[in-house]
Amino acid sequence: MSLAKTFSVGLYGLSGTIIEVETDISSQLPSFSLVGLPDASLSEATARVRAACTNSGFGFPSKKVLVNLSPAAVPKSGSAFDLSIAVSILAANDAVPKSALDQICFIGELGLDGSLRQVPGVLPMVMHARNCGFTRVICPLGNLSEASMVEGIGVLGALDLKSLANWLNGKGYLEQPSSLAPVATPEGVIGMDLSQVIGQNQAVEGLIVAAAGGHHIAMVGAPGAGKTMLAERLPGILPALSTEQALEVAAIESIAGNGQIALRLDTAPRFQAPHHSASTAALIGGGTGVPRPGAVSKAHHGVLFLDEALEFHGHSLDSLREPLESGRVLINRSGGSAVFPAKFQLVLAANPCPCGLSGLADRDCTCTAMAIRRYTNRLSGPVLDRIDIRLNIKPVSLGANLGLFDVGPSTTQALTRVAAARLASAERLDSFGYRLNSEVPGPLLRGRLGIGEKALKDLNRMLVTGKTSMRGYDRCLRLAWTIADLEGQQKPGVDQVRIAVSLRGSDNLLGV
Amino acid sequence: MTDARQWLGRYGEDRACEYLVGQGYQILDRNWRFREGELDIVCTHRGTLVFVEVKTRTSLATGSPFESITKTKLARIRRLAASWCANRQVANSQVRFDAIGVLVRGGRVTIEHLKQVL
Repeated sequence: MSLAKTFSVGLYGLSGTIIEVETDISSQLPSFSLVGLPDASLSEATARVRAACTNSGFGFPSKKVLVNLSPAAVPKSGSAFDLSIAVSILAANDAVPKSALDQICFIGELGLDGSLRQVPGVLPMVMHARNCGFTRVICPLGNLSEASMVEGIGVLGALDLKSLANWLNGKGYLEQPSSLAPVATPEGVIGMDLSQVIGQNQAVEGLIVAAAGGHHIAMVGAPGAGKTMLAERLPGILPALSTEQALEVAAIESIAGNGQIALRLDTAPRFQAPHHSASTAALIGGGTGVPRPGAVSKAHHGVLFLDEALEFHGHSLDSLREPLESGRVLINRSGGSAVFPAKFQLVLAANPCPCGLSGLADRDCTCTAMAIRRYTNRLSGPVLDRIDIRLNIKPVSLGANLGLFDVGPSTTQALTRVAAARLASAERLDSFGYRLNSEVPGPLLRGRLGIGEKALKDLNRMLVTGKTSMRGYDRCLRLAWTIADLEGQQKPGVDQVRIAVSLRGSDNLLGV
Repeated sequence: MTDARQWLGRYGEDRACEYLVGQGYQILDRNWRFREGELDIVCTHRGTLVFVEVKTRTSLATGSPFESITKTKLARIRRLAASWCANRQVANSQVRFDAIGVLVRGGRVTIEHLKQVL
């Protein structure tokens, strides 16, 4: 009887489990069985591993081979266990020394010829292996750059099973991660400069305020007024992600598994613009069996843009409430529940009515009052409540197109202002455990961060006369702080509060 | 079946019998035919009734001799064993199913014996 064991990582959502792959080879009629709750894709590993071992020149033991994936009660899926199963069998068969396998995690899919193929989710797997005290991970060459983004663990890339077995036997070498700095500097999207937006100076200022304070924003305006153009330029004026944030985003993209493997750590804030026909699962995450991240998680630390927001299904929009509040989504499936981070900046764009022409001076809206009401009611109060800034985007007049207006700030200029404002707010809020003005809770705004009676005069009057709710009051305060940070003021005064009130608009989406 | 293959099978079974006798087994029956097939060797060892399936090969090109003993074949041997017991009126005996692989290569005979394969 011969026994060996290797380690791999199983993923459910973003959370990992170290999986022990045990192999027992006993003198029996030849058979190969895999136990430990494998799903269909994993059960097929037996066929791949058998062919890979044979075609790598090791031969497959003509005995009873039993492989157990432990803990046996955790459901496992995917092809990333192939490599650990193969190495475990080779070790049990004495083709590689068992002593060489300590503290190594094996990740990868095997081809029939023994070559190693890249798999999704390597980044969170390597992170988990490191957190569990492993000192080395061996992964396919194609995943090497992604895996090397994780610090504090040695990563090696193997081309095929043969070269890996040689290395375990002390012969040959495996690929080291390249010594290039793994962090990519954001280059910005070419052809997407803020200065291209003309004749919308007020909206551009609103966008800069949103970027500086991390405020959610809604834009209402006629078709062709430039809402999409503005939204697409928001990621450009957001500061680059920190390494930690970029890793979180890269981990989500790694398991989203859209076939693209990151070569370098991308620190640019992401932009997600799901189509309005998107299902709730596509928006917040889901899927059969294994949960996958949705658009809200792919927009983590970035921008989620819902164009034609009122055309989305009502329940899809309502499903945004939880991530908007908590910055994460919990997805429950029969197999278990997964938590994905979803801290995004929401940008909504909508037409003021179904025909899109209401509120224009020179065009007549053909919608009935009832139709408009039904249209705007699709966005429920709870979602609307979380939006700090409402911009009314008017179509650009002819003068702007003829170059009669001043050119607004460029992306670089806006980014400088945003970065300075964010630095100021982070310094002030650091002792309270926040970074952005949009994160500060109301009691703190009215208590220790109070700005004085004089500045609050207008806002207090609005509250007394019922023109704003208490929640709207707090939102105006947050905005006022962001505006003060942008202007370099110590604290907001009368002017900043007034601008905040006008940016906040009314509680009604169309009453901007 | 060609004569050469028949001869090889017979040769392998003879070698297997010699091996079993050497190990202290007592041969009860050989090539016992019944409706659906044949039991290669029936023997007994320390009170246990042992049914042995013998596979003979001259090379490993198509895998080990044991690889051709499938689940279906094992199930058939099991049914045949029950028939054998009924036929010989043997009951209350401990029963075991073994497989013996005989490799005849370059004039050398290698015997591998797997016990309790069912």
